Amino acid sequence: MSEIWAGMAEAFLLIWSLDADLIDITLRSLQVSLSALVIACALALPLGTWLAIRRFRHRRFVIATMNAFMGLPPVVVGLIVYLLLSRAGPFGVLGLLFTPAAMIIAQVIIITPLIASITHQAMRELWSDYHDLLISLNTTHGQRIATLIWDGRRTLMTAALAGFGRAIGEVGAIMIVGGNIDHVTRVLTTAIALETGKGDFALALGLGFVLIALSLCVNLAIHTLSRTEREGRW
Amino acid sequence: MVSRDLYAQLQAVVVKRRGKAVLGPIDLDLSGGGVTIVLGPNGAGKTTLLKVLHGVERVTSGSVSWSVPAKTAQQGQAYVFQSPIMLRRSVRANLAYPLQLLGLPKSEIATRVAHWAARIGLSAELDVPAPRLSGGEQQKLALARALIRRPDTLFLDEPCANLDGRSIREIEEILREATEGGARIIMTTHDLGQARRLADRVLFLNKGQVEEQGESEAFFTEPKSPGATAFLNGDILE
Repeated sequence: MSEIWAGMAEAFLLIWSLDADLIDITLRSLQVSLSALVIACALALPLGTWLAIRRFRHRRFVIATMNAFMGLPPVVVGLIVYLLLSRAGPFGVLGLLFTPAAMIIAQVIIITPLIASITHQAMRELWSDYHDLLISLNTTHGQRIATLIWDGRRTLMTAALAGFGRAIGEVGAIMIVGGNIDHVTRVLTTAIALETGKGDFALALGLGFVLIALSLCVNLAIHTLSRTEREGRW
Repeated sequence: MVSRDLYAQLQAVVVKRRGKAVLGPIDLDLSGGGVTIVLGPNGAGKTTLLKVLHGVERVTSGSVSWSVPAKTAQQGQAYVFQSPIMLRRSVRANLAYPLQLLGLPKSEIATRVAHWAARIGLSAELDVPAPRLSGGEQQKLALARALIRRPDTLFLDEPCANLDGRSIREIEEILREATEGGARIIMTTHDLGQARRLADRVLFLNKGQVEEQGESEAFFTEPKSPGATAFLNGDILE
């Protein structure tokens, strides 16, 4: 119990003193996770919506696979991305291994199925409401997807936040492809893992509390900016 | 608008659901303007016929052809559903939506939206979320959203079901204006009084078949088929 109090005190001290390393690590965590989130949303929102409105052969199989990929083991994703980006791998020439870009790629792979799956669930309901109207207005598939995403944007915010939560808290994959290099690829989660390994539990816990606070702040900021509560009455 | 002398021809049209025919076989020629009211008991196939004509219901067999290519015909049509479907947007955005799909300039969209909002008495509610309107207001908004595109043909599926007298009168007034403007209306209703007030022609469906069609006055005064006679007498048709 005393270690938790010590961790909280350490977190307070780190924030209060505006520790340069903490700011560096925190900003990199945000940079990697928000970049992954933007890319994943650009892929997953149209994909989930498209799956909600299109009927095609093997559709159920595709949806079941997508849902199964929500639980992709990050370590396995990290290993696969590592092999693809390593010198001997097909994308080795790009020199991305042990860079934030590699970490972003791994996180995109991990959170895209999660966001797409939640999007599919939400859009399926909205599509059942809009189906007759949008068909009767002779809309194209692109117009239908755009309309559903726009009108369902507040629900989709939940999908995006779930994706962000998974990305910011992820450690296995980014440890493998990022390498936890100080001032290059070290982020909050890998730093926590490192400090725990070193036995500095107070600092590890302190970083953990900073991570939780960061996640909370981002969620609140997105809710406030998107006015989820105020306009969630449509 | 596409053409004022637009006509539709249905040849041996059959619509089946789960192997059971819900409409047809039907051979039908729909020509001329004005208001055509589709009457019939529940389950007669009225809504299915409207959806077939609008091209949103696939026929199991037979063919539907218009005097213009199907895509052109559909672009000149609008459909108002029995339960109004409101986009989760403001009244203004609901009215603007079909015009945005047509790619009209913003100034033109704003002008038409202001005109129709005033016409249906919702000028003060332009920024109110449409799903929060009353049932009557939603139905008027759905009608305005259909007419704002200036369609040649307007399909209405029981547009006044469950509405109060005032809303019904307002909607009928808008429909009269639309026909005077040259739009052709094909609508279903259970309200025989409304059918008498609005219809130029009547199409009577029973068990998925066209039992009788003709001029409104002749239909209401001297129905020829036993089904139509029984329907007008208020008998229960099975």
